[in-house]
Amino acid sequence: MGILDAFRRKKKGNSAALAKDRLQVIIAHERSGANAPDYLIPLREEVLAVIRKYVAVDDEAVRMQIEREGDYEILELNVTLPESGSHAASDR
Amino acid sequence: MARVIVVTSGKGGVGKTTTATAFAAGLAQAGNKVVVVDFDIGLRNVDLVMGCERRVVFDFVNVIQGDANLNQALIRDKRVDNLCILSASQTRDKDALTEEGVERVIGELTERFDYVICDSPAGIERGAQLAMYHADDALVVVNPEVSSVRDSDRVLGLLASRTRRAEQGDEPVTEHLVLTRYSPSRVDKGEMLTVDDVCEILSVRLLGVIPESEAVLTASNAGIPVTLEAATDAGQAYLDAVARYLGEEREHRLPTQRKGLFGRLFGS
Repeated sequence: MGILDAFRRKKKGNSAALAKDRLQVIIAHERSGANAPDYLIPLREEVLAVIRKYVAVDDEAVRMQIEREGDYEILELNVTLPESGSHAASDR
Repeated sequence: MARVIVVTSGKGGVGKTTTATAFAAGLAQAGNKVVVVDFDIGLRNVDLVMGCERRVVFDFVNVIQGDANLNQALIRDKRVDNLCILSASQTRDKDALTEEGVERVIGELTERFDYVICDSPAGIERGAQLAMYHADDALVVVNPEVSSVRDSDRVLGLLASRTRRAEQGDEPVTEHLVLTRYSPSRVDKGEMLTVDDVCEILSVRLLGVIPESEAVLTASNAGIPVTLEAATDAGQAYLDAVARYLGEEREHRLPTQRKGLFGRLFGS
């Protein structure tokens, strides 16, 4: 790679680096979901719907994953609430 | 003890059949008894790439269904000693393969050969899972391209969970990465994932890097496994991969662009 390349690359961007970043993100995501039971996705949807009855949250607010430790399976549920007491659909 | 090797990828068109035939011929050239089994029922191509398409009388499905025995169905390669082909059936559907039938045929083949190479169909459905089920080793064929890399990761997951070794709690299937259609000039320009990128993303041991090469098309046009064209870049790269598989230390000769000082400063 030459000096001129360095300039050119800055301008055009390095598409291989972009490909690598995107792949690392999606593959990490898919690996974590690969061993998950089938009910995890509908369960997450329902939990999200219940939370939304009380608090307005976005789609990414509920995260669920199953972790295995020895003979145990741990269902981890993470809910991210909005910063300041944002008013919910509860005024309905 | 015979080894069963599956050649798999998830994505189609990345070079599974090229790799399976080249690897089989390379192992046979090294003095081993080798058979290639085409698992792609309905879309067979090992016969064509090996140049024996007109000699197929009986196939894998005939043997499974008891219409022919292995001696009738195995086709001997005319160029390399100890290299045979068990062709897939062209007419029947994928359900023609049964789990018991595949197990019996693979069992018989492992008694006769040193290496049984299973050329998997694309996808991750039943045919692909049957092809990998009995594997001891896997050649995961990947192109340096996002969809191929992602699909390979899915296949690696299946190798770790849906194989005989995984189900019986034996040593896991040994995974080897074969990176094909690699273009060093595009890598230099930052347009293509590097070997290291792909190895890092998939965390699999690299067996070989096969450069994008005219030799692959030329060889398949003529029905010649590419390792029989040892003078070509791709043929040499496959022979190196075979040697590494057999335990030899060989440096990866990545065909990088050679440039002088001028080229390095001002090159494209």
